[in-house]
Amino acid sequence: MSQSLVDDPGKAALGLARPVEAGSAPEPGRRADARRVLRFLLRRPGLLLSAGVLVLVVLASFWPGLFTSQDPLKGVPSQNFRGPSGSHWFGTDELGRDVFSRVVHGAHLSLQATLIAVLVAFVLGGLLGVVAGFVGRWVDDVLMRFVDVLLSIPALFLSLALVTALGYGTVKVAVAVGIASVAGFARVARAEVLRVRLAVFVEASRSCGARWYSVLGRHVLPNAAGPVIVLATLDFGSSILAVSALSFLGYGAPPPAPEWGTLISDGRNYLANAWWLTALPGLAIAATVLATNRIARALDGEWSRQR
Amino acid sequence: MRRYVVKRVAQAVGVLWAAYTVSFLVLDYLPGDPVTAMAGAGMDSGQVDPAQLAALRHEYGFDKPVLVQYTEYLGRAVRGDFGDTVSTGRPVTSVLIDALPQTLLLTGAALLLAVLLGGGLAVVATYTSQRWLRQLLLSQPPLGVSVPTFWVGLLLVEAFSFRLHWFPAFGNDGLRGLVLPALTLAVPTGAQIAQVLAKSLLTALDQAYTETARAKGAGRWRVHLRHALRNASLPALTVVGLLVGQLIAGSVVVETVFSRDGLGRVTAAAVTAQDIPLVQGVVVFGALIFVATNLVVDLLYPLLDPRIVVASDRRASFA
Repeated sequence: MSQSLVDDPGKAALGLARPVEAGSAPEPGRRADARRVLRFLLRRPGLLLSAGVLVLVVLASFWPGLFTSQDPLKGVPSQNFRGPSGSHWFGTDELGRDVFSRVVHGAHLSLQATLIAVLVAFVLGGLLGVVAGFVGRWVDDVLMRFVDVLLSIPALFLSLALVTALGYGTVKVAVAVGIASVAGFARVARAEVLRVRLAVFVEASRSCGARWYSVLGRHVLPNAAGPVIVLATLDFGSSILAVSALSFLGYGAPPPAPEWGTLISDGRNYLANAWWLTALPGLAIAATVLATNRIARALDGEWSRQR
Repeated sequence: MRRYVVKRVAQAVGVLWAAYTVSFLVLDYLPGDPVTAMAGAGMDSGQVDPAQLAALRHEYGFDKPVLVQYTEYLGRAVRGDFGDTVSTGRPVTSVLIDALPQTLLLTGAALLLAVLLGGGLAVVATYTSQRWLRQLLLSQPPLGVSVPTFWVGLLLVEAFSFRLHWFPAFGNDGLRGLVLPALTLAVPTGAQIAQVLAKSLLTALDQAYTETARAKGAGRWRVHLRHALRNASLPALTVVGLLVGQLIAGSVVVETVFSRDGLGRVTAAAVTAQDIPLVQGVVVFGALIFVATNLVVDLLYPLLDPRIVVASDRRASFA
């Protein structure tokens, strides 16, 4: 079965990691590099737009005051259910709260949860994969069978089981989502470590008497990191979706908090008379995921293919 | 061929056992004291009678060592007994079996739609010689995987139930009630199928055998479907097998959005009530369906591509 479970993004990501390429560029190359980045971006307006969206979302999550001065939690009851307008871009909800301000402030919670999820998956999965790939033999077998098992439980079910065990809340949901995507990271990290471990320069450094930890830290990890980082950017998008799905189901932050998924599930009760309560917060999620996926695609090969 | 089948079945059983073990570790071992969690979930104040707790603990066997618990539970699970649900006291297995048909109907319809829409999109996009049409079609799948499922469902309800009154917004009634939920569930799945199939179709169209077929005078459509598609469908079939797990899990969200009864609703309710035996049953059931589908896919491979059996016999580790 594991044969068929090979991770596509990871496999596709292999293109990125032509080993030893960056650091070896001589000093005068730096200006040319900058120009190359500029040209790369200008030829891809969609990518530029995605980067812009992502910058806005990150800014919103750290300094929501930049975008809106209205209170996300306090509403004006007399102004409830106003459609989108100049003063309320995303309209107002049943308590007269400004939805745009709730979406902006919600970016903080949702992004925080997503970052935790990606970090958990990256660290745990990376660790599993590196140990399995670097130590090899029976350790590899045991760890990889464990990863196969994680893959055989649908991700959402695994997250739900963890939520049942751990309880509700943004951080717990984030951890649950992160653990559910550990397996993908472990596979990619292992594949990369295996690929690099057999390279000539690793063999050379071994034969020069380098200790295993310096071989690992200096040669194997830096050269194996690329595809794992690409996977992390891809995982960022799917983690936003998973986290918002769990908070839509009601396992995220408790009610007044404006998490993105919670906003939509609140708005669901007024679907018939206030479309903006579900449509516009959802648009924020979709735009963010679309942007990160586009950037992941650019990192994954598109950049190294363009010369 | 027989060796291939036996090996696949043995692997499937092994994976199921391991999935059970993981669910046991997560649900029965991780919470520290599952009984308090279960008993506390139903009450408001969290005031639970200690004697009642002890009785519950004894009933579920949590007063025994973990290993004894595990083997006892595993023994019962093999016989299809996952214990009783905490909230209603009905056997977990019968709750799941009651809920299953609606969900199988939903996921089956969604899978059909996903294959038709996703596959159709990939075939047309690679066949057409209109640049704009190809660009337009190929830009859809990345969109499909980026939108939250529940949002798509709510937008569809908004448009087709509340505005146009074409389909009912909620409930399980009949074929008309199935359209919107199945479509919602099919969006991300179809998008992924389209991505994989379009990619492998493009590769197949570049191969020497399609060139040969063309040179022999086969029509463009015939080359596309008979030669390229048949070879390109193998990776897509693998993806379909993997996506079944995603479909079953996706029913949790979709059934909540459309208030349909089924496995997904049962799951959501079980997690909310922290009904540990029921959640465990769902996880193992989900893994069972997933493993069974992939077993079928694995057994279908040799029919599509006879080289696979030969290759798998030679491969050293294929677990």
